[in-house]
Amino acid sequence: MSTLDFNAELSAAGANVKTRWGSVRFFIRRYPLGAIGAVIMAVFVLAAIFAPFITVYDPLTTNAAVSLAKPSTQHWLGCDFMGRDVYSRIIYGARISLAVSMGSMLLGSGVGVVLGLLSGYLLGWFDLITQRFLEMMQSLPLLVMAIIMAAALGPSLHNTILAIAIPLVPYVARVIRSNTLSLREQPFVEAAKAIGMSERRIALRHVLPNTLAPLIVLATAQLGSTILTESSLSFLGLGVPEPHPSWGRMLYESAAEYVRTAPWLVIFPGLAISFVVFGTNLLGDALRDLLDPRQRS
Amino acid sequence: MGSYLVRRFGLMLMTLFGISVLIFVLLRLTPGNIADILFDAGGYVDPADKKKIEHDLGLDKSIPEQYADWIGGLLHGDLGFSYQTEKPAIEEIAPRIPITARLAGIALFFAVIIGVPLGVVSAVRQNTKLDYVLRVISLSGLSMPAFWLGLLILMGFVAYFGTIPIYSEQPKGFWNALLMYSVPAAAVGFRSSALMMRLTRSSMLEVLRQDYIRTARSKGAPEIAINYYHALKNALLPVITVIGIEAAFLLGGLIVTETVFNIPGVARFLVEAIRWRDYPMVQNLVMFIAVVVVTINFAIDMLYAAVDPRIKYGN
Repeated sequence: MSTLDFNAELSAAGANVKTRWGSVRFFIRRYPLGAIGAVIMAVFVLAAIFAPFITVYDPLTTNAAVSLAKPSTQHWLGCDFMGRDVYSRIIYGARISLAVSMGSMLLGSGVGVVLGLLSGYLLGWFDLITQRFLEMMQSLPLLVMAIIMAAALGPSLHNTILAIAIPLVPYVARVIRSNTLSLREQPFVEAAKAIGMSERRIALRHVLPNTLAPLIVLATAQLGSTILTESSLSFLGLGVPEPHPSWGRMLYESAAEYVRTAPWLVIFPGLAISFVVFGTNLLGDALRDLLDPRQRS
Repeated sequence: MGSYLVRRFGLMLMTLFGISVLIFVLLRLTPGNIADILFDAGGYVDPADKKKIEHDLGLDKSIPEQYADWIGGLLHGDLGFSYQTEKPAIEEIAPRIPITARLAGIALFFAVIIGVPLGVVSAVRQNTKLDYVLRVISLSGLSMPAFWLGLLILMGFVAYFGTIPIYSEQPKGFWNALLMYSVPAAAVGFRSSALMMRLTRSSMLEVLRQDYIRTARSKGAPEIAINYYHALKNALLPVITVIGIEAAFLLGGLIVTETVFNIPGVARFLVEAIRWRDYPMVQNLVMFIAVVVVTINFAIDMLYAAVDPRIKYGN
């Protein structure tokens, strides 16, 4: 009982883990929706990485001649007001949107894990103060918190990541803390204490790895929420600044007035957001089912 | 119970005090103030004029002094003046509250009356086609940005009616208002109803696996009574908690939805106030939201103790 072992989890659920593809095939068969989610995410990540190879037009180059052009064979998803190709902007936008949301998810989870672990392990006044502070942060809705953070930090790519990551911290920290609290009462922690292991070593070698399963479940779920938060922030004009193409930002530029005149500007960026989040949700559900047997249906 | 109430109330006040400090400090860290923004728009900067404006608004005082001014006023029921309109803040905020409250109320109502029954059906018919369809619908509800759904709804209006509903003036008459507000409420409430559905489903599945359900089944209770009476009663407990959390979350979703539909509510006003660095408005609006959220959480805690006899506070 030291680290999270996907193979062990899978074989416990009945997979043939001896062959390399055995566990993958099992996952696909047992969690078809989860596999679809993984594929959706993979497609977007690959599109983001290979953006220059699968697009023809530069996402930033303006061309007045094709301003508000309808979807056609030249411009598959049409052009925006400045004549920029919507398809290119969505593909390049995947870079920004995914980088910002993954960055803030990793940052928020990282800080949350450290705080949660320290809080649950040290207890005492540190725990008391941390808990009060996290409670305070949670008493404002996530988006309100993110908006204030974004405004306070000023518009830039890095600051947007920070603004989304900070409100996320309490949600992670509280799960990790309660997990740590129950883990520290477990016999294997007592055993480690009995053989004279230092507290720090126990926390890092035994408690931390065992919080990995809930953390993975939480982080996948949160990836979806960070993508949505990023798009909301950018939609309000408080997120990723120009000239970066972000999906939310594309909708800000094309909001209400284009609902009448250029619906393609509204439909496609929103579809991209919804698809990615849908993918993370499908995968997150499957992972939760696999890693948290109590919830297994 | 009495001592618990007092302790809980004390913690509530502490939280609110913490938020007031946090929001105050964050706003003062924000690059640029209203004077900068006004002069940006004006295109020229006369340092003496700028100093005068900052002095008039009290922005040249130290941060602790400014904080004391604000909180002191707040305790006397004086929310200060809006920098933008120079009207008392209360006159700006008060008429917007009912609009947002109505929207949130209708959205939450939709969420519960649609989400809970569908969640129950989904659990009772677990692993059937219907269950799969409902699960995919609820998952897509959680995946769509609320503002995009709002834009799609507006698009539908353009396609069918050739126009979009106008919210800049308050609709007259109860039914008319209900109809008008239902549209944005549906846009923001779809996510909540999806969440309710998922939660009701998993909570229901958990309860259906318990011993007392098996007992009811073995003594021959009709399936309908088991599902919709014995199980549902207990499955609804966690749903109540989420209604509270969701009410707070809705306030966040309403920020973008009110922007899309151009509704003059509290939530959208917050973003405008932030853009203008209208400190008194932002501070008061954030405090208002915090008070609402904290109060709802408190009420849910109490409600929980009332419906679940296992929970006793203060022992």
